[in-house]
Amino acid sequence: MLHDALLVAGKDLRLEARSRVTTNLVAPFAVMVLLLFAFALDDADVLVSATPGLFWVTVLFAALLAIQRAFSVESADGTRDALRLSGLDPAGVFLGKAGAIVVQLLALELLLGCGVALLYGATLGGPVLLVATALVATVGVAAAGSLYGVLAAGLRIGATLLPLLLLPVVAPVLIAATQAFIAAAQGVPGEGWRWFGLLAVFALIYITFGIFAFESLLEES
Amino acid sequence: MTIDTAADPVAEPRRRFPGVRSEGTGSRGSRVLGLVTLAGMAALLLFGLVLSPQDPGPNEMGQTVRIMYMHVPVAIIAFLAFGVTAVGSIMYLWKRSEFWDLTAAASAEIGVFLTAATLATGMIWGKFAWGTWWVWDARLTTTALLLVLFLGYLAVRRLPGPPEQRSKRAAIAGLIAFVDVPIVHYSVDWWRSLHQPATVSRFDPQIDGLLLFSLMLGMVVFLLAYWWLMIHRFRVALMESRLEERGLDVALAARRAEAEATAPVAATPAGVRP
Repeated sequence: MLHDALLVAGKDLRLEARSRVTTNLVAPFAVMVLLLFAFALDDADVLVSATPGLFWVTVLFAALLAIQRAFSVESADGTRDALRLSGLDPAGVFLGKAGAIVVQLLALELLLGCGVALLYGATLGGPVLLVATALVATVGVAAAGSLYGVLAAGLRIGATLLPLLLLPVVAPVLIAATQAFIAAAQGVPGEGWRWFGLLAVFALIYITFGIFAFESLLEES
Repeated sequence: MTIDTAADPVAEPRRRFPGVRSEGTGSRGSRVLGLVTLAGMAALLLFGLVLSPQDPGPNEMGQTVRIMYMHVPVAIIAFLAFGVTAVGSIMYLWKRSEFWDLTAAASAEIGVFLTAATLATGMIWGKFAWGTWWVWDARLTTTALLLVLFLGYLAVRRLPGPPEQRSKRAAIAGLIAFVDVPIVHYSVDWWRSLHQPATVSRFDPQIDGLLLFSLMLGMVVFLLAYWWLMIHRFRVALMESRLEERGLDVALAARRAEAEATAPVAATPAGVRP
């Protein structure tokens, strides 16, 4: 299963390295969202205090694009059937797809982290908590996103449907990751680790769910 | 040429779908249940609006307490409805029977309606009790997210595809949404407790006498209403699914009849006609 996961993740990342959709389209979009927030809030103090939330909202928007992209490459040219016929473990395919999304989102978060530090003048504290939170939150979003991504892939209204399906499900991730970042910035990591726990539970639940349910979704959709 | 309607292949499937009664979704049992529910609603109005006293408790809710007889039962039945959807989804994935799929679908639809009613009544009550339509109270926020989650589920149900695929997809989507409910609950609960020491207690827990009776009556009446709606929604869904199965047959028969009617003319080359 893990071997298959690595194969699929490697394939997706290679595809990404060659097509550069994330670097050329998703990353500029995310930076643009940061600028839009600055225009909308129009107050340096408000921006700084709202930075953790704005950061994660931007990540979620970018995640929608990345997830859509990850599954639209499978719906073209019948590659989805090829994936099914390849004999790869469906759970491995799920982990691979989610893993590739995690790698892309983490790179994006690094960029956005620099963005909020430079543009909003936000100070980032508690590096261990920050990195740990970013990691589990991203895994959770990618796992839940991959489940809905494969479900909506190949449908004409898939692009419209995915945000409606995914955003309410990942609302707890937004709350928990934002609160953990606030706790890290305020130097009270104890509070933050509780939110980290919630994020970890979220990620675990959807990874487990995906490992068992992905086969049915891949087969039928 | 006149068409013999008795032998018409198009008319035949219209007559009766197996398992579905042609006269409608009502049956003797559902009619009795419907009448009992209506009588219960009338009794609830009587008890809730006339017979039960206004709130004597320390919260000074006064007359506004009366909305509780609708709000609380509707909220609890809405949660029950989503529970039924989750059970239906699990049972569908296990048994692969149309019964459980349609049960999950019917219950989710009613649950979404009841959740919207919960939010509406809660907001009206909040306007009078708290002076504002909306507060970011843990329960309100959780309920709002629940509504959107299951609206998504209903959207998945409407996606095109072969029936078996749609059912399986919907069952999995229903479970993805359902396992999120406790996480949403905890996250929102913790989130709100950061900002206010404790959520305002919505209703005085020490209610008794006629108030408690009216509340219990509301529970029973809305449970009956849910049951009645479930029966009818389920039967409508079953009819839709039968109609869809027959739909292709009907279309095929129509094309075939059309082809047969035009074939002799088309097959004869022009000018060779005797």
